[in-house]
Amino acid sequence: MATWQPDPSFYPSPRMAAKAPAESLAYVASFDPDRQKPDAIAVIDVDAKSPTYSQIVGRVDMPNAGDELHHFGWNACSSCLCPNAPHPHMERRYLVVPGLRSSRLHIIDTKPDPKNPKIVKVIEPEEIAEKAGYTRLHTIHCGPEGIYVNALGNAEGKAPGGIFLLDPESFDVMGQWEMDRGPQQLAYDFWWHLGHDTMVTSEWGTPDTFENGLVPEILLNSKYGRRLHFWDLHKRKHLQEIDFGEEHQLVFELRPAHDPTKAYGFVGCVISLKDLSASIWTWYRDGDKWAAKKVIEIPAEPADPDVLPPVLQGFKAVAPLVTDIDLSMDDRFLYISCWGTGDMIQYDVSDPFNPKETGRVRIGGIVSRASHPGAKNGALNGGPQMVEISRDGKRVYFTNSLYGSIDPQFYPDGIDGWMVKLDVGENGGIAFDEKFFVDWPKGHRPHQVRLQGGDCSSDSYCYP
Amino acid sequence: MSPWLVLAGLGAFHGLNPAMGWLFAVALGMHRKSRRVVWLSLVPIALGHAASIAAVVFAVVAIGTVVDQRLLEVMAGALLLSWAAYHALYGHRHRVRVGMQTGLAGLSLWSFLMATSHGAGLMLVPVIIPLCLASTPARELTAEGSLPVALAAIGVHMVAMLGVTATIATIVFEWLDLGFLRRGWINFDTLWTGALAITGLILII
Repeated sequence: MATWQPDPSFYPSPRMAAKAPAESLAYVASFDPDRQKPDAIAVIDVDAKSPTYSQIVGRVDMPNAGDELHHFGWNACSSCLCPNAPHPHMERRYLVVPGLRSSRLHIIDTKPDPKNPKIVKVIEPEEIAEKAGYTRLHTIHCGPEGIYVNALGNAEGKAPGGIFLLDPESFDVMGQWEMDRGPQQLAYDFWWHLGHDTMVTSEWGTPDTFENGLVPEILLNSKYGRRLHFWDLHKRKHLQEIDFGEEHQLVFELRPAHDPTKAYGFVGCVISLKDLSASIWTWYRDGDKWAAKKVIEIPAEPADPDVLPPVLQGFKAVAPLVTDIDLSMDDRFLYISCWGTGDMIQYDVSDPFNPKETGRVRIGGIVSRASHPGAKNGALNGGPQMVEISRDGKRVYFTNSLYGSIDPQFYPDGIDGWMVKLDVGENGGIAFDEKFFVDWPKGHRPHQVRLQGGDCSSDSYCYP
Repeated sequence: MSPWLVLAGLGAFHGLNPAMGWLFAVALGMHRKSRRVVWLSLVPIALGHAASIAAVVFAVVAIGTVVDQRLLEVMAGALLLSWAAYHALYGHRHRVRVGMQTGLAGLSLWSFLMATSHGAGLMLVPVIIPLCLASTPARELTAEGSLPVALAAIGVHMVAMLGVTATIATIVFEWLDLGFLRRGWINFDTLWTGALAITGLILII
């Protein structure tokens, strides 16, 4: 697997990665919410010059049904060029694809034919539970000590959730990452500041509190996650937690600045118990501690209870439900998915404490059901959810499903999957690419998007 | 070839490898926006490397004074071959203990661990054995007697390594964009594994 020169998709700095050529393929997790047919990784042609542009051109089915493919990542990325632990002659070649529900881990080779990836290894949940003590596998990041996988539950499906390591060449499960987890119990997402030797983790809940849908009593009692945790990345030790307070529930996607010298990042909080608003927080270095501050509040929109799902009827409003965010490679634009209202909002976050809205589109949404020029049906359901940005920041892709058992709580009529693309203006501003609307095959729903060669949430960098 | 020249040449080879320190020095300089940091980092990098080399040299001298030289060569050769095999198979799998926030002590620890795990000192053994373990009619072979020449060997290697590390770090920090790494960072790990294996064979044959 070793090569003579570094993988051409590895870049020392985000500055250089932003000049990468445009991607020609996207890999998208596709799952069956009824857990009858196997889930798949779909391959989408995103080369605008290709005759099969915006079509699904390949697919690899999982060997079992019911995995619930969700997030996934690469075996190796730009962090292989880091000076303290260099492994520059790895290949970015394998997709590491976990089942969130099954806890099964699939290693998929994209090399011989990128449009027809093949499964080369399957690690069964029993092996992961035995060697690492975790289940319900979620986020994947390639990093200094190999492949990091986080999990929402322990071997018994309870707290604590945490992180384990996978060998990036043999894909052997190497064991639990944490050496001292301090007070951390809940898990959701994780990423790091390589320049500050710091890992950050966020919180959702234990599997029994979400696998059959969100539990209103738990939510209203503020028992879902509401904290950020900061860790020493190399000592693997918990350093600090920041509690967003009782009002805030579900602290999800973490987007640290790509520039390794910057010590700040953004995290989305799905819902406020006070007014159903969603919020974006900036975490930052404050002296010798980490701190966090709410920088964006997205309000709920009043709505006629008759058109609302039962969970929202009593509130007479649609919650924005910010369930994913993504930061451009130059750390300038933050994209915010409002899965409830159907908005995708672009903010200029050049000043991370003073974001300015620079663009907004609406598609789907619980009440609005906004359409797209490429859609045959005039009323789309689901809303902007997993969002991914091209390395050059000019294209943004997103899909519309959140999680199999939560989708029907907010979209009781069901979700018909779609994937769309935005074109980004030179100084901000976003607009739909009218030619890009992927009407997802019935029976499956799309989730995370990964772009060939890397994207804005796949790679981390050691050089400014 | 003069053993001193070989020691210096291996020092230059070690210094050339981005994984042995020049790249870390450049990165720290970039993070802290300081030329001084680049230069200051070179000191612990060179000392950590030299400490790792010294451990091997002193072990060779200590063992060499009690066992037959041929046996020592075979032992060292076997160790080098297994190190090469380990490096090829598991070189990528290790704890990362030192990151970008490191101080100078952490940097020397990093350099020591990096040189040791790469078998940098072992690569010097074929030169160290004849140089430090040659008894002459004028003096009997003792560990104390070999000390000056052993220290000189470590010093020559370290100066060559430091010279190359400092030169590359300066050129890259001052004039080059790190973009050249994308194509120019050739696979030193493979070269290194090859060098370890060849050194092992030289000792055994």
